Amino acid sequence: MGRRDWLARAAAIAAALAWPAAARAEPSREVTDAAGRKVRVPARAARVFASGPPASILVFAVAPDALLGWTTPFRPSERPFVPPRYADLPVTGRLTGRGNTANVELVIASRPDVIVDYGAVNDTFASLADRVQQQTGIPYLLLDGAFDRIGDALTAIGELTGEESRAAALANDARDTVDDVTRRVASIPASKRPRLYYGRGPRGLDTGLAGSINMEVIDRLGAINVAASLGRGGLVAVSLEQVLLWNPEVIVTTDPVFFASVRRDPLWLQVDAVKSRRVHLAPAEPFGWIDFPPSVNRLVGLRWLGRILYPDAFPDDLRARVRDDYTRFYHQTPTQAQLDRLIATAERAPPG
Amino acid sequence: MTGASTVARMWIAAGLSFVALLAVVALAFAVGRYPVAPGDLAALAWSKVTGTPSSVSATIETIVWSVRGPRIGAAVAIGAALAAAGAAYQCLFRNPLVSPDILGVSGGAAVGAVLGIFLALPVIAIQGLAFAFGLVAVALVYVIASAVRGHDPLLVLVLAGVLVGALLGACVALLKVLADPYNQLPAITFWLLGSLAGAAPSDLATALPAIAIGLVPLWLMRWRVNLLSQGDEEARALGVETTRVRLAVIASATLMTAAAVSISGIIGWIGLVVPHFARLAVGPDFGRLLPVSAVMGAAFLLAVDTLARSTARIEIPLGVLTAFVGTPLFLWLLVRAKRSWQ
Repeated sequence: MGRRDWLARAAAIAAALAWPAAARAEPSREVTDAAGRKVRVPARAARVFASGPPASILVFAVAPDALLGWTTPFRPSERPFVPPRYADLPVTGRLTGRGNTANVELVIASRPDVIVDYGAVNDTFASLADRVQQQTGIPYLLLDGAFDRIGDALTAIGELTGEESRAAALANDARDTVDDVTRRVASIPASKRPRLYYGRGPRGLDTGLAGSINMEVIDRLGAINVAASLGRGGLVAVSLEQVLLWNPEVIVTTDPVFFASVRRDPLWLQVDAVKSRRVHLAPAEPFGWIDFPPSVNRLVGLRWLGRILYPDAFPDDLRARVRDDYTRFYHQTPTQAQLDRLIATAERAPPG
Repeated sequence: MTGASTVARMWIAAGLSFVALLAVVALAFAVGRYPVAPGDLAALAWSKVTGTPSSVSATIETIVWSVRGPRIGAAVAIGAALAAAGAAYQCLFRNPLVSPDILGVSGGAAVGAVLGIFLALPVIAIQGLAFAFGLVAVALVYVIASAVRGHDPLLVLVLAGVLVGALLGACVALLKVLADPYNQLPAITFWLLGSLAGAAPSDLATALPAIAIGLVPLWLMRWRVNLLSQGDEEARALGVETTRVRLAVIASATLMTAAAVSISGIIGWIGLVVPHFARLAVGPDFGRLLPVSAVMGAAFLLAVDTLARSTARIEIPLGVLTAFVGTPLFLWLLVRAKRSWQ
């Protein structure tokens, strides 16, 4: 037997002794994930590896101490909204099987009890989950990222990590928000629903089609997505001429570059929304309010956009809502100055 | 064929491409997503010519002069710049398969633009970075090639271009991986595909001077470029300082290309295909090839851009359309004219 074979065998034996022993020592149970995969997970997962940004925010909300890291580092503007001990968690990268930025060996070295992926559920993601699970020996759960199932996803993380009561409270919050907003929007007549353009990219000329995941918050609020007339799908590029033809009443954007330039641009000034100063920048700290990442962070966006679109139907104090939501979901109460900054783009500017 | 009839045919070809350009410009003003009645268009044109105010609505006036106008201007300028640069490079390298991005200008511009989007800079800064990185990339290629001695200088240039291009491609890929996948990545993808959807008057104001500064020296050097395309030894025997002329041609063509792609994103195929059609029409003489390439390139890109903004209500990326149109054209040319390159 060569020296190398011997080493390999020794390593294999050590691994065989270490891994299953650890797994066997703890009680475990079988759960069925959103893709219908049966996965054996520890009775109480104390270490959770989130495979992408949506999953990391979901886990952070329910069980921040179980979260092993973030997929991307916080920007300086985002960091102050998260307690330092969580903001300082290591950056682990994305883990989706293909297009990974996470190192599989480092994932294993961080000794997660379970890997959680949150978002679209289809055969591709299910088979990627199977591969990673097979390769690493770590149970890999897929959770459905559909907007209506935010409550279910929170509950699932609660059961996984033993934080059932926290999760139940957050799930109730989430369902209340969605139900409450849906009810208020339902009473708004079609004639009062604004024609809205969602402008992305530095020039504001990328937008979401009907059914796009990027438009979920906007669709929920019953606003008329002017780009829906182009068909169904994801993001597309459009021309300024097309925007002028649509002449939307409201523009919502996630791009601070576009937001800063649009109100001074003589061409965009022909658009009603810009003329009447109804251009709104979705807050993005610590996580976007409108469309990215598509996780529980969008709940606060519902109330924010609701107040912008229908001030009469959403008379509540947005500040108090944001403060409560941030405290519960992100574990830190924002300061007055932070709230001011977040809300700054929400209020309608006086005309002129 | 007699010399006289060849010259006549060249004049006809050159004249036809210019007439085609004017026709496409007129068409481009007339079509678009926003309906503009021919009468309104005529009234606007009349009021522009006579300087009298028109009765056309302000929005339509904005559409025609401020949205379509700069876009048409940008398409004409960028098409002309890319095709002229392509013609210059093809003469310089004595190779018909060379396009303006052979020395890495597009790769550099892509890195600059992606970096600008990544850092959430204003649009003007994104364009500035794209322009600067495009120039730096080619300068780097030139310095590397100059440092290598004892080989065919053109071959070394191309190799250095390939190497630096690969490195720049890796930089773009790295920035894409690091970018926020929900917000920045789509913006980067859309930007790199090439589009004139956001072309504004200010874009023209910054790009046109740079394109002109590149085009004029090429025109003034047209005889030296002709001699250079005979090969270095022949050119030197006739008293041309090959190294200096080559550097000047590269600098001019790079400046034009960088200015073009910094405002439009990456648009391929024009610099490769259009000079071939120009050569087919007026022959290989650079003094004729340069202006005819420029006019044909302008007409071609404007036609493609008009297609891009009027066939579908979404914007079809220009880089995609030029490839769809350019590849079959090039193939046809390849099959039809294969003997002329042997």
